[in-house]
Amino acid sequence: MIAQFFVLSQRGDNIVFRDYRGEVAKGSAEIFFRKVKFWKEDEAEEAPPVFNVDGVNYIHVKVAGLFFVATSRVNVSPSLVLELLQRIARVTKDYLGVLNEDSIRKNFVLVYELLDEVIDFGYPQTTSTEVLKSYVFNEPIVVDAGRLPPLGPAAMFMQGTKRMPGTAVTKSVVATEPGGKKREEIFVDIIEKISVTFSSSGYILTSEIDGTIQMKSYLTGNPEIRLALNEDLSIGRNGSSLYDYRSSSGSGTVILDDCNFHESVHLESFDVDRTLSLIPPDGEFAVMNYRMTQEFKPPFRVTALIEEAGSSRAEVILKIRADFSPNVTANTITVQMPVPSYTMRASFELEAGATGQTTDFKEGSRRLEWNLKKIVGGAEHTLRAKLTFSQEIHGNIAKEAGPVNMNFTIPMYNASKLQVRYLQIAKKSKTYNPYRWVRYVTQANSYVARL
Amino acid sequence: MAPPVSAPKSASPSQPSGKSEVTDLKLQLRQLAGSRAPGADDAKRDLFKRVISCMTVGIDVSPAFSEMVMCSATSDVVLKKMCYLYVGNYARCNPDLALLTINFLQKDCHDQDPTIRGLALRSLCSLRVQNLVEYLVAPLAAGLKDHSSYVRTVAAIGVLKLYHISATMCHDSDFPAALKALMLSDPDAQVVANCLYSLLEIWTQEVANSEEAAREIETLYGKSIIYYLLNRIKDFSEWAQCLVLDLVSKYIPADNNEIFDIMNLLEDRLQHANGAVVLATINVFLHLTMSMTDVHQQVYERIKAPLLTLVGAGSPEQSYAVLCHLHLLVMRAPMLFSSDYKHFYCQFSDPSYVKKLKLEMLTAIANESNTYEIVTELCEYAGNVDVPIARESIRAVGKIALQQYDVNAIVDRLLQFLEMEKDYVTAETLVLVKDLLRKYPQWSHDCIAVVGNISSKSIQEPKAKAALIWMLGEYSQDMMDAPYVLESLVENWEEEHSPEVRLHLLTAVMKCFFKRAPETQKALGAALAAGLADNHQDVHDRALFYYRLLQYDVTVAERVVNPPKQAVSVFADTQSSEIKDRIFDEFNSLSVVYQKPSYLFTDKEHRGPFEFSEDLSNLAIGGDSGDDVIHSAQRYEENDKDLLLSTSDKEENGGPTHNGSSTYSAPSDVNSSLTGLVASSTSQPATFAIDDLLGLGVPDAPALPPPPALSLNAKPVLDPGTFQKKWGQLTVSSSQESTLSIQGVASLTAPQSLIKHMQNNSIQCIASGGQPPNYKFFFFAQKEGSSSFFLVECIVNTASAKAQIKIKADDVSASDAFASLFQSALSNFGSS
Repeated sequence: MIAQFFVLSQRGDNIVFRDYRGEVAKGSAEIFFRKVKFWKEDEAEEAPPVFNVDGVNYIHVKVAGLFFVATSRVNVSPSLVLELLQRIARVTKDYLGVLNEDSIRKNFVLVYELLDEVIDFGYPQTTSTEVLKSYVFNEPIVVDAGRLPPLGPAAMFMQGTKRMPGTAVTKSVVATEPGGKKREEIFVDIIEKISVTFSSSGYILTSEIDGTIQMKSYLTGNPEIRLALNEDLSIGRNGSSLYDYRSSSGSGTVILDDCNFHESVHLESFDVDRTLSLIPPDGEFAVMNYRMTQEFKPPFRVTALIEEAGSSRAEVILKIRADFSPNVTANTITVQMPVPSYTMRASFELEAGATGQTTDFKEGSRRLEWNLKKIVGGAEHTLRAKLTFSQEIHGNIAKEAGPVNMNFTIPMYNASKLQVRYLQIAKKSKTYNPYRWVRYVTQANSYVARL
Repeated sequence: MAPPVSAPKSASPSQPSGKSEVTDLKLQLRQLAGSRAPGADDAKRDLFKRVISCMTVGIDVSPAFSEMVMCSATSDVVLKKMCYLYVGNYARCNPDLALLTINFLQKDCHDQDPTIRGLALRSLCSLRVQNLVEYLVAPLAAGLKDHSSYVRTVAAIGVLKLYHISATMCHDSDFPAALKALMLSDPDAQVVANCLYSLLEIWTQEVANSEEAAREIETLYGKSIIYYLLNRIKDFSEWAQCLVLDLVSKYIPADNNEIFDIMNLLEDRLQHANGAVVLATINVFLHLTMSMTDVHQQVYERIKAPLLTLVGAGSPEQSYAVLCHLHLLVMRAPMLFSSDYKHFYCQFSDPSYVKKLKLEMLTAIANESNTYEIVTELCEYAGNVDVPIARESIRAVGKIALQQYDVNAIVDRLLQFLEMEKDYVTAETLVLVKDLLRKYPQWSHDCIAVVGNISSKSIQEPKAKAALIWMLGEYSQDMMDAPYVLESLVENWEEEHSPEVRLHLLTAVMKCFFKRAPETQKALGAALAAGLADNHQDVHDRALFYYRLLQYDVTVAERVVNPPKQAVSVFADTQSSEIKDRIFDEFNSLSVVYQKPSYLFTDKEHRGPFEFSEDLSNLAIGGDSGDDVIHSAQRYEENDKDLLLSTSDKEENGGPTHNGSSTYSAPSDVNSSLTGLVASSTSQPATFAIDDLLGLGVPDAPALPPPPALSLNAKPVLDPGTFQKKWGQLTVSSSQESTLSIQGVASLTAPQSLIKHMQNNSIQCIASGGQPPNYKFFFFAQKEGSSSFFLVECIVNTASAKAQIKIKADDVSASDAFASLFQSALSNFGSS
């Protein structure tokens, strides 16, 4: 059971503070913040999500730059509390449209209303956006999402895809739009986080896709929905080794290692025709999470080279090639490469005519950083850098540098080839034809090339 | 509803300008109190918001209490809610003023709108004011019978709130019985869940002092209620499902069919997107199958994929909690995960606390088939920019080497680390090479060749320096310049800040002296002189000890300082298997994340009904020793220290003088605590170890014991301190399960009855505790005419009429005879 719940800003201010049981002293928010800010235990510099100070357990998640914290004196299930905190953040977002410090400050009374119903005396009650509607009486004060820095997976649709009205994903489930009528629409996002490690010789050491089908429904009356996936989709691998690349590659079928589903999903027809049927609850939720270790074509090839060029100099060549269709464009690409700790200076040389690219040598963390606004499918980009060292090189400098890490977002691309074949909404009338958005996006989780 | 008018004074309502604000707010509230002017509600809303925002940031706005109450006469729900929130927060410090609110709260409890009724009832119960409890009873009783399920959910938790303000009032009004009735009949699942939350908490609080509470708890964990809940599990919210699953995990099914039924019913819960539900389900599966080794292993295979999916999905925090549980399972049964090693490779984006867990898992699952790849991967991390992780990776490589897989190649890699010439890499590697040499002295030539090239001046870290010095002393005959290196180190005695290093230096010079006396004599003299003048007590004492030893007899000194050594076969585990089992018992709780059993971090009053403490200090001492409290928690802490490193301080005292915590001699020499730890960490297949340790390996009913050939001393004497020490030292010689007769269960209303019975059989109780249905006893007995003791831990579950027995014996050969004697005594219980 939870003793207190609070939301802290990045600077440690209480934005919302709710004491459910009166078991933990009032200063807990300060104790928590100091501990997180100056974490120095076990050689680590980052506080774990769960820790104990003087018999009080502090459990937190970080969402949109805010700390959502629960305290408890009991030996609770950490997963339960963490899931609950995450859910509170999501429900709040459903109501406020945008989740950030400003929106919570402006709507803190509404947030208190929610908290009153979500937890009673430390025990979780309901986290259903829909059920909560009948107990929340405050109207959300909408924060202008346009001038806010984009946050969360919803934000990545803002760039690139013009078909998408920018405000659509940031509207509250309860707010009525100007004109009185609610727009009937539903969003289905297939979001994939990919992890790939390339060896120094360029072959793939490990690869994994963690995907989720996220849904956000603004449909009135909660009609039933059918979501059809690839017909030849198969789940679970028989052999004990999940990393057998020889099998299954090339056959084109999508094989997931495992997946799980939201409560509302009915799986009766899933085994027959790979169709999920559900009555979507209000607000945002994950219909299905899946994991895949089957071989897939990585969107980028990364090659990195570091070579001695004299006794205290070296040259670095970074090359990235986009291995996807020219119709697709990746954006906000960052390539980072740690260099030897005795590097003093770095001078960069971009390819001729490069636009939208910046380079930087981060002296504090001894890292080269290369930012590219976008990369069109099929393109190749190269960066050369000359490093100057404060001492003579000894040993193998390749061992002192790297690995190269890459971050990117590719809208309308998915590495797993998992597809939504169709999205069917039970019709209420002939004229009922809500907007449906099916969107794909791939993000780098850990995209590493070794030297 | 109209948007709130923005306050003229502060732009954002949640950023109060200061403390003078309170006076200002009071004034404005008073002006508005009676106003029925149009727009007054909006103005009030805005004021209330400012009050609440002050409250949030910690400004004391309680002086405005009466003004707030005056303004509360309104039909605006938003205003009402803010007022309730305020009142709930400050009523406790203003009990007299709180009385003012009772009136309107009671009125609201009769409102037409169920939402208002529910809100008012919740606020009323949240006042936490002692002298107002009498006003709670009637609304609560009505609330439990309300036709709106919302009001009933509020009332069910309200009873618990009342209980915390006044337990007697709660019992006098017969609310627990009402809750129980409601729980068994209400159509709304959340009402059922809330009744269950309340009942569990109430009875758990009382279980220590009340037989009724014990009976009630037993009913809650009994078959009929468990089945009632299981049959409608899908009606419950995901959170309430966790509660139900938690309850089920403590249920003891009658037979295997029941176990399979429950597991089949819950199978689809493993596919739930909510990690809390999945973990709660896994907990049920693991606990139900404890006594069925094969099925238990299948469960591991079954839960692997869902766990890995959860690790990949969700926020980093959520995946951390799941990963901690995966870590626990990997540590218990590493070989079941040996082919999944790639899942535990560190990712670039992993926070360091995640990487650390992964490194530990990789270390644990390394075996013949995957060591090469794992070590290759770990070596990649050694050059990592994240220095703590790089260090951790090197240690991991060393640990794998100590596990005896492919040592050959690993030693080569470690030696390559030394060539990287990174300070921390060299430092970590030196410590590892030292440990490796202690285990595999045959590698000394290769290692010494490389280590000899390292300049002692370039090593700064005490641990690494100490390791290097140890090697210089130990292998001084093979390292040409050892005496001279040591000599120069002695010359810089003053600059050596770490006492650990100075201690090692003293010993190393001594060892070197016995091997190469002429070259070392000068250094030894200087070292002893410096040591005697040292202001660190241990250094001084050791120097003096060596000095006198040398004075007394040089050959004796050599035998003490430089005895022939045997290689260390197994390094002690840092955690005892008992602690590990206890953490496993607390699966799906914070214990798993902290890697500590709950009694080490929770206050007594916040422990659950079944987390009865196993350490003797919390049990009633059976003898007359009164206040003799044993700090076993402390003992565990000692065990928690990394023995591998901490013993390095003491190891030089090897041979006959060494103390109990030294790891430096053959197991037969180790006189005390390590035996238990070492034995438990040997490479037995883990699943078998698990089952045996838990005493579940023998599910058969006990056959009639043969006539005991063993006679026991009728009046043995053993004080709790010695018991505790012996218990820590000895290993379990026999572990079995026994069944109690029905009469026995019936007579076991309190621990005393069994204690008395066993006394008649010459078996004495030293400590007992627990609450029904679980009791726990520590017994001891002594062999007639001998000094050897038998120690017994006996856990009795009266619900299942089963007893789990663990026996430790001084004389292991007599253990079986004693076990059957004990069993027969136990099975006779109640029949006399």
